[in-house]
Amino acid sequence: MLTPAEHRAARLGGWFGIGLLAAAIGIPVAALLAGSTGAGFGVDPYLLRITRFTLLQAGLSTALSIALAIPLARALARHPALPGRSLLLRLFAIPLGLPPLVAALGLIVVWGRQGIVNAGLLRLGVDQPVSIYGLSGILMAHVFFNLPLATRLMLMGLERLPAEYWKNAAILGMTRANVFRLIEWPAIAQLAGGAAGLVFMLCVTSFTLVLVLGGGPAATTLEVAIYQALRFDFDPPRAVLLALVQIALTSAVLIALRVLKSPAEEAPQLGLSPARPDVAPGLPALADRVLILASALFVIAPLAATLVAGLRADLVRILTDALLWRAILTSLAVAAAAAATSTMLALLLVRARHSVAESQTAFAGRILSWLAGIAGSLVLLAPPVVMGAGWFLLLSGATRALALPLMIIVLINAMMALPFVIRVIEPAHRTAMSRNGRLCLSLGVTGINRLRRVDLPALARPLATAFAFAMALSLGDLGAVALFGGDRIVTLPWLLLQKMGSYRTADAAGIALILAVLCMGLMALSDRTGAGREAARP
Amino acid sequence: MNASAIELRHVTHALGNAGVAFSFSRETGSVTAVLGPSGAGKSTLLNLIAGFLAPDQGQVFVNGRDVTALPPAGRGVSMVFQDNNLFAHLDIRTNIALGLDPALRLGRAENAVIEAAMERVGLAGFGRRKPGTLSGGERQRVALARAFARRKPLLLLDEPFDGLGPGLAAEMLSLMLEIRAEVGATVLMVTHEPAEARAAADRVLFVDRGRIAADAPLAGFFERSDIPALRHYLGSGAPD
Repeated sequence: MLTPAEHRAARLGGWFGIGLLAAAIGIPVAALLAGSTGAGFGVDPYLLRITRFTLLQAGLSTALSIALAIPLARALARHPALPGRSLLLRLFAIPLGLPPLVAALGLIVVWGRQGIVNAGLLRLGVDQPVSIYGLSGILMAHVFFNLPLATRLMLMGLERLPAEYWKNAAILGMTRANVFRLIEWPAIAQLAGGAAGLVFMLCVTSFTLVLVLGGGPAATTLEVAIYQALRFDFDPPRAVLLALVQIALTSAVLIALRVLKSPAEEAPQLGLSPARPDVAPGLPALADRVLILASALFVIAPLAATLVAGLRADLVRILTDALLWRAILTSLAVAAAAAATSTMLALLLVRARHSVAESQTAFAGRILSWLAGIAGSLVLLAPPVVMGAGWFLLLSGATRALALPLMIIVLINAMMALPFVIRVIEPAHRTAMSRNGRLCLSLGVTGINRLRRVDLPALARPLATAFAFAMALSLGDLGAVALFGGDRIVTLPWLLLQKMGSYRTADAAGIALILAVLCMGLMALSDRTGAGREAARP
Repeated sequence: MNASAIELRHVTHALGNAGVAFSFSRETGSVTAVLGPSGAGKSTLLNLIAGFLAPDQGQVFVNGRDVTALPPAGRGVSMVFQDNNLFAHLDIRTNIALGLDPALRLGRAENAVIEAAMERVGLAGFGRRKPGTLSGGERQRVALARAFARRKPLLLLDEPFDGLGPGLAAEMLSLMLEIRAEVGATVLMVTHEPAEARAAADRVLFVDRGRIAADAPLAGFFERSDIPALRHYLGSGAPD
């Protein structure tokens, strides 16, 4: 419940937020469209190959992640009392917040040419090493990130089923196959569609992992090709063409996602796991355990490798490097500014939507509400590298400037975090409003007083959650800084990429650990202050 | 003399720092109300009989057969819970059919049994409907229909008519008793309504703190003053 003046303020704020959003997305996209006049739209074999590979790797990554997540979620649901299970599920939340660059490094330590696995294989007499580079490496990295995510989503679906289902299944004597066909699959099926859409979206726009693990013309995606066209070949027309194809792709996926309905909508936390009297001990139960153990190893090994390699590095020397501190400060400043922008913008949009939803409104109000509602998805249309490409073209005369590129990085990171931030703030805002609205009106606490004394304090925790989450996302992002980074702008991921590129492996491991600790710290803060990450996923 | 329909012989199960210990037996065809304060172990008792929990010690017998090591499906038990007896995404017919064959391989005979069961509980023609379109009472009727179709010797009820309102609960109770008589099943019914016990049971098991505090005929049970826990349970409304 808001007073007329508060309604006006909320809507004004909403329009301001939408204006900012429109500028942040519209300007770079317009720059791309303006640049496209010179580019040929003919069937370019290079473009065709890259588009095909982008779709291929995203499709295979999605198929692998979902195909493994279904039996894994099922196995975890079937053994609620397995020792270490809740610890494993908490570990499964880590990849969500891990900077992709750090994960790539961890994966290389485990699966790389000189990695642990290949050393073991060599000792066993296998001389055909596993390759972490190219398609297989990209798939492995995408599964590392998305298998835990998809598993948690589907496990939640299974654990939402009432405990009586499993008791009935046991009493009626349903076999493992029948339980799957008649109970588990119907519960998983809808979720699997949504999860697949989500994973596909993440993989189609994946930049960092492909940049590090792909490379070469045979294993390049649109995002990486845009970056190469701008940074190395300085071929803006090609970058424009690639960016427009990328936007077309993400639009198509976004429409499909709307149809499939994203799975984490209002999803509750993983809670009490019901007992499973229908699960008998025996060979299948043993197979479940083997699957859980193998997946745990697959996810934990790169994390542990990051930690061990980082601790082995000469941390004292790394930490006394002035450049590292510059990178840390730049990263923190950019991340804090991006998180603040994102949180503020989300608050404006959420409040405007609330204002429109609460009262009968004219056409303009409905437009406002609709725009604020799709804002979260709209930013997915133009992934960081695409937006960055647009700004890069606009700035082509002034790449040596400092303030403008930094602002652009902040803006892009803020946009990137927006969907997650809205997801955290909107339900909390709704709850706070329904709890305090009438009381505030009856007490006459309105306007700025209400905002200061009631609404913002009530939202303090979700705002802190969203802020820390947005900061962690921005801190680990390489996409925006990849185009603008250089001698003058050095962030932690950028510095890490430089060290990896110049084969300073030990330094890279140390910096990766520092970056991981910062991001994990923020994620833990975000988890502690709020409803946790489930609500924050798209 | 015939073997008891159900017997628990020195069954124990540790629950946290508390534990339960049960010993009792019942004649075929009897109806027993299981009463007691919440947390006393009433549902644990049913879970031990159904096989959802394994006893630490002791044995469970159904019709003289030791079923302690058998899975729930091998024990000759049907069970009706307070809620979620039906799979919400499967229609009524399929929900009943699962009681006959968990793989849903249904022949003419099975189909006839399903039709008869729906008819028996007054839900003929409801076969294609989903549980969500039925009222709470109707859903419990379907659960009873499934128990009717299964014809297992033991029927366990865990507060099945709770939340239905007194009139509907009484109606369901008499339907349950009719079905029990037709099947010849032995009934154990957890309830917290003394009225339900009075209307249906011939014996009472009073469970308190994981033990059977009283195992007695229904007649005159609620008037007894020699069981302190019972007087406490019934509260000030209990006759002196």
